Amino acid sequence: MRVHAKRAGALLGGLVFPTWSMADWTMNMTPGVTGTSNDIFGLHMTILWICVVIGVVVFGVMFWSIFAHRKSQGHKPANFHENTMVEILWTIIPFVILVVMAIPATATLVDMYDTTESEVDIKVTGYQWKWQYEYVDQEFGYFSNLATPRDQIENRQDKGENYLLEVDNPLMVPVGKKVRLLLTANDVIHSWWVPEFGVKKDAIPGFINEAWFRVDEPGTYRGQCTELCGKDHGFMPIVVEAVPEEKFNVWLAEQKAAAEKERELTQKDWTMEELMARGEKAYQTACAACHQPDGSGAPPAFPALKGSPIATGDMTAHIDIVVNGKAGTAMQAFGNQLSEVDLAAVITYERNAWGNNTGDMVTPKEILDYKNQQ
Amino acid sequence: MSAVADTHAQEHHHGPAKGISRWLLTTNHKDIGTMYLVFSFAMFLLGGTMAMVIRAELFQPGLQIVQPEFFNQMTTMHGLIMVFGAVMPAFVGLANWMLPLMIGAPDMALPRMNNWSFWLLPCAFLILVSTLFMEGGAPNFGWTFYAPLSTTYGPPSTTFFIFAIHIMGISSIMGAINVIATILNLRAPGMTLMKMPLFVWTWLITAFLLIAVMPVLAGVVTMMLMDINFGTSFFDASGGGDPVLFQHVFWFFGHPEVYIMILPAFGAVSHIIPAFSRKPLFGYASMVYAVGAIALLSFIVWAHHMFTVGVPLAGQLFFMYATMLIAVPTGVKVFNWVATMFRGSLTFETPMLFAVAFVILFTIGGFSGLMLAIAPADFQYHDTYFVVAHFHYVLVPGAIFGIFASAYFWLPKWTGHMYDETLAKTHFWLSFIGMNLAFFPMHFLGLAGMPRRIPDYALQFADFNMVSSIGAFMFGATQLLFLLIVIKCVKGGKEAAAKPWDGAEGLEWTVPSPAPYHTFATPPEVK
Ligand code: HEM
Ligand SMILES: [Cu+2]
Repeated sequence: MRVHAKRAGALLGGLVFPTWSMADWTMNMTPGVTGTSNDIFGLHMTILWICVVIGVVVFGVMFWSIFAHRKSQGHKPANFHENTMVEILWTIIPFVILVVMAIPATATLVDMYDTTESEVDIKVTGYQWKWQYEYVDQEFGYFSNLATPRDQIENRQDKGENYLLEVDNPLMVPVGKKVRLLLTANDVIHSWWVPEFGVKKDAIPGFINEAWFRVDEPGTYRGQCTELCGKDHGFMPIVVEAVPEEKFNVWLAEQKAAAEKERELTQKDWTMEELMARGEKAYQTACAACHQPDGSGAPPAFPALKGSPIATGDMTAHIDIVVNGKAGTAMQAFGNQLSEVDLAAVITYERNAWGNNTGDMVTPKEILDYKNQQ
Repeated sequence: MSAVADTHAQEHHHGPAKGISRWLLTTNHKDIGTMYLVFSFAMFLLGGTMAMVIRAELFQPGLQIVQPEFFNQMTTMHGLIMVFGAVMPAFVGLANWMLPLMIGAPDMALPRMNNWSFWLLPCAFLILVSTLFMEGGAPNFGWTFYAPLSTTYGPPSTTFFIFAIHIMGISSIMGAINVIATILNLRAPGMTLMKMPLFVWTWLITAFLLIAVMPVLAGVVTMMLMDINFGTSFFDASGGGDPVLFQHVFWFFGHPEVYIMILPAFGAVSHIIPAFSRKPLFGYASMVYAVGAIALLSFIVWAHHMFTVGVPLAGQLFFMYATMLIAVPTGVKVFNWVATMFRGSLTFETPMLFAVAFVILFTIGGFSGLMLAIAPADFQYHDTYFVVAHFHYVLVPGAIFGIFASAYFWLPKWTGHMYDETLAKTHFWLSFIGMNLAFFPMHFLGLAGMPRRIPDYALQFADFNMVSSIGAFMFGATQLLFLLIVIKCVKGGKEAAAKPWDGAEGLEWTVPSPAPYHTFATPPEVK
């Protein structure tokens, strides 16, 4: 069935657009790399062909009338109407077709809902506008941000091959293992979709949704957020890197070591220059989407930081709003999202960039103390 | 009933009042119908302009014309204006004009309320459109305004949006009460329920749907209002609320709403196809029962918009089966139209062209609906351009073509002149080509993985987006032609006979064209 369907789909495409390359003119769903996505593809092709057949019959009769039963051809109208037999038939037959269709659909759905016996559990949290991945048993996690440069989006630079579908830190998963996702959100509703897995599930604040997949082929798989989540909804892609298990374990160990190192950096003595350099980077990933790269913001939703009372005024108030966020607005609590080093760097940066020249500096240690006091 | 007929008999020599007060104070169903239709067309152009902005931004990858914030305001306002400003008022306009003429009544049953329910609409839309100029901009959370994006994270103008929705809702409910009162009380003697024209039947059922679900919409926006301004947490998880509750309540309104936008078109097309096939409708009774079945089923399928939300398995299965079931009565309608054409004596004046296109393209929208109903497959389709293609196929060639077909069909009755057939056919063909060019490629985009409501997209989606934008510009520009055709037709043109279409049937064709200001002061006899 599946192979037939694929061939037929390609044939259909080939007939309609014979000369164009199929790469840019993809017209159909593709089967994907997981069992689920293959099952869905099969259902999709079945229901599509059912529709095509019904369409051919119904439109066939209709076009026959349109061409043969015209007044201009001298056709005299018949006067038949109401035929109970016909009416019963065209109610029963579609009903039977639907029942036949419902059976495999039900089986697939039951399978998709079976999240038991997972081997890797990953908590996925949607934020405006990035994803957080946490490996549940490893006590380790990170954020995944759009990596496409602003210049490409604003057409100042040529667009790369994976324009808008690339991130700084992809989600890593081992191949051949049943991976269970636990999805939730921090602010508004998001939706995590990787078409090649056949997985799409909403990430909803206050809820934990489940989904699962098992990838057998190593590779890079791309997707996007599919629930409107505000301004940068179109700019929070998903990239999943499926790697062999050994490689996955090595990566995990490396990442955990790196995270440990990062924690140690909190104790180091930082200079103003170091903090500013690091702060600029952190600002561009975490803050610039709303407050803009030049700190000008987009009032009233996203206030300017350049010359703002908070960024040039009392230091504690500044630390407070960055660490704890501001309830009821899009300003998130970054205290758990960024390391102490990044928090210190970004606050220092905001107080000294774009002519804010306060000369103030806050160290990672001070941030740690601030957090501990709370 | 006789009292109503009497007062109108006394006024019979009255023409319309002069000047602006004719329109402000009128209680005449024809004047009110005209105002609804004019208003609806104005909104259609406004919403259409916003669609042009959207398609211009999507013409190429990258951000060119507007910023994402404004893009989201455009998609939201486009959807709201088209649904509540263009499609629904157009059908109320048709109902005002045609229901009394079709059932042999002198006017609507509640003429003063009729005036009020119209004049509320411009007020509501003035408020809604003014949000574009407010600080923080217009609503930007989609026409489905999911919480908490529309509550905790909504722009300050959200409260005005809520107020506008309340006013529209009041207007719709009053309109619906009026329709029901008119149909149930003012039918000409001898017109039993099962002798009513189908447009009357479909509107009667639509009116009941409106009365059932508009209060639910009002409820959900009121809960939002409370969350935003009075510290409640209906939809705020951090206050113990439930964002999914919003979606249940919204779609309990939302799914019947989509049928509110199509049932009257079903009715109109069921007049037009027999008229130009010169053959009676194949199955009148089964058409009536099918509409009834669709209306009932429409209350138990709402969660098919929420398949990815995490509804429990049993719920998921229930909503999948119920949704698939709706395809059966929908099929019955399509089969009936085709059987009516079969072995008729067909001509293709503009109303028929639009009606035939309606049947074909609406069926395509029904097919994609059936595909979306398969819950596991919906996990791939949901919130992609495939859904956008689906609902534009049922709404543009469905609702909008149904309205155009009706307008051309009844324009001679309204104005007393025939419209310019050549121009009208041009309008049809350009709309038909433009519409398909704009919306058919969206199926491909969705299947290839393009999410909806994004201002910028990955490179593999570039080609079909460009095709789609070209089609959309073509469709958009063509609609100005309709304005021209109608103005021409109002000003002059060939005199229309009382019954300009030889195959048409119904009481509306027994009065002269243009229909006099007051008609059926004495009710006709229906045998
Ligand atoms: C055979 C009949 C139909 C079926 C089985 C059907 C099924 C569906 C399903 C399952 C969805 C949800 C898709 C998703 O979000 O993943 C949907 C969306 C939609 N349908 Fe239909 N549909 C049918 C007819 C119609 C008609 C007649 C209309 C309106 C005239 C309509 C208007 C819409 C709209 C507006 C949406 C999208 C709402 C949104 O998310 O913005 N549908 N349909
Ligand atoms: Cu629906």
